Amino acid sequence: MSDMRELYQEVILDHNKKPRNCYVMDCATRTADGHNPLCGDIVKVYLRIEDGVIEEISFQGHGCAICTASTSMMTESVKGKSVTEAREIFEGFHEMLTGVAEEQGVEFGKLQVFEGVREYPVRVKCATLAWHTLNAAMDGDDESVTTE
Amino acid sequence: MTTPAATAAGPAALDVERVRADFPALHQESHGHPLVYLDNAATTQKPRVVIDAVRNFYERDCSNVHRGVHLLSQRATVAYEQARTTIKNHIGAADSREIVFTRSTTEGINLVAASFVRPRLEAGDEVLISHLEHHSNIVPWQLVCEERGATLKVIPIDDDGDIILEEYERLLSERTKIVGVVHVSNALGTINPVRKMIELAHTRGVPVLVDGAQAMPHLSVDVRELDCDFFVCSAHKVYGPTGIGALYGKREHLLEMVPYQGGGDMILSVTFEGTTFNEPPHRFEAGTPNIEGAIGFAAALRYLDAHGLDTVAAHESELLAEATQAVLALPGVRIVGSARRKASVLSFVMEGVHPHDIGTILDSEGVAVRAGHHCAQPVMARYGLSATVRASFALYNTVQEIDALVAGLKKVREVFG
Repeated sequence: MSDMRELYQEVILDHNKKPRNCYVMDCATRTADGHNPLCGDIVKVYLRIEDGVIEEISFQGHGCAICTASTSMMTESVKGKSVTEAREIFEGFHEMLTGVAEEQGVEFGKLQVFEGVREYPVRVKCATLAWHTLNAAMDGDDESVTTE
Repeated sequence: MTTPAATAAGPAALDVERVRADFPALHQESHGHPLVYLDNAATTQKPRVVIDAVRNFYERDCSNVHRGVHLLSQRATVAYEQARTTIKNHIGAADSREIVFTRSTTEGINLVAASFVRPRLEAGDEVLISHLEHHSNIVPWQLVCEERGATLKVIPIDDDGDIILEEYERLLSERTKIVGVVHVSNALGTINPVRKMIELAHTRGVPVLVDGAQAMPHLSVDVRELDCDFFVCSAHKVYGPTGIGALYGKREHLLEMVPYQGGGDMILSVTFEGTTFNEPPHRFEAGTPNIEGAIGFAAALRYLDAHGLDTVAAHESELLAEATQAVLALPGVRIVGSARRKASVLSFVMEGVHPHDIGTILDSEGVAVRAGHHCAQPVMARYGLSATVRASFALYNTVQEIDALVAGLKKVREVFG
């Protein structure tokens, strides 16, 4: 049970229940679709990028708590950041979930709550789907992203 | 076909503790809890007799079939062909030559689509399947229909998950070249009235393929009583090894069918000018087969037959009824699929919690279930869902394990509030 509290921390449950920036953005300059075929998780990321800076970000979709919370918290963490900074955050986040143990210990602020996911390899895709989709949107890649 | 229902005068009770002792994999811990394995519709655990049969082949009889003059090859051939006879007897076929070994249920369907349906399918023809099908009984038909300019038609289901028979009758036409229907739905547990459906198809001269993957562990199947033209199944759903399945086809159909794959064993003679194909079933078994798989498959069916399918079905029926009641008593839980007749599958959703999160939390309590679309996305779409939690029962499951499932679901509520 304590393991489950470790995975499903209050912050995650809160973002799952009340996802932030969850709306269709009419003035988006970039969008991308992400899909996890195994779970059926679907996310669409909307971006308004001006001068290389993510001025506005939102999403729509449905998925498990890990996926929904990760998407919601991603939007908060990259809003106002430059595209380059956003990519750096993703790299670090990805490393936190999949990297080898010795390389741990980097602080990620709020995103640190997802550290528990690394103990559940099948759920890592749930936590990273939105980030892969964000990457595709920043690349201007129209192809739908899948985690497979 | 037997209705799984326990009555006072019904079959003898199953000695579940003795059954459990036969399955080595059940006696382990998962995340510090005794393993509660409720993912049997995905695959079943294997009894010792199956594991021993496979091991015995490799320790004693390992050889190729149908070609060696030496003792080991003779033993391997006899064991392989005896396995075919065991399967024939188990499903009530008339002739062992009507049993083709395949890799899986999926391969059996692909074989029928390619060798029976494709040559007779013309533009404008129709293939009729139900809304309950597993992807394996959808995609092979889509491929062959696309190639031939034919149309795939779908028999609708009602809110309970029952096929609407009137619609089925309406959809059967002279353009229908085959009906493909699942006997027991893997996603909802619905037992389809396949006998009636076959009768209706036959009055219009339409052949029927029955996907029996989920029926095999729960119902006693008699292909002659059903009068199906084809019946496909897999060993691993019925306590046998993975990678081996069987296709039953009426002899007159198999004799007409073109080969599925070319290679060794499926020929009588080969020259560079041409080849004379072997008789069925060998015509459809190109290459060295999964010999130990076939032997393990037969061992599994003998094991099941020793307990009696009526006894097994009665036990599983009790578990399903118990689980249905217990899960329904939990707040915010909704069962998906309440067909008139069901077998061993309990599909459900919990308000405000995604099935995958439920699956992870149950797993942390040692309870193994499936969470997802169960390779039946059209079924999920029918109910406006992307996924469900599925608990599926086997002959070795107990009422105590249902208690563990319920306790796990209460933990889910504690975590998610």
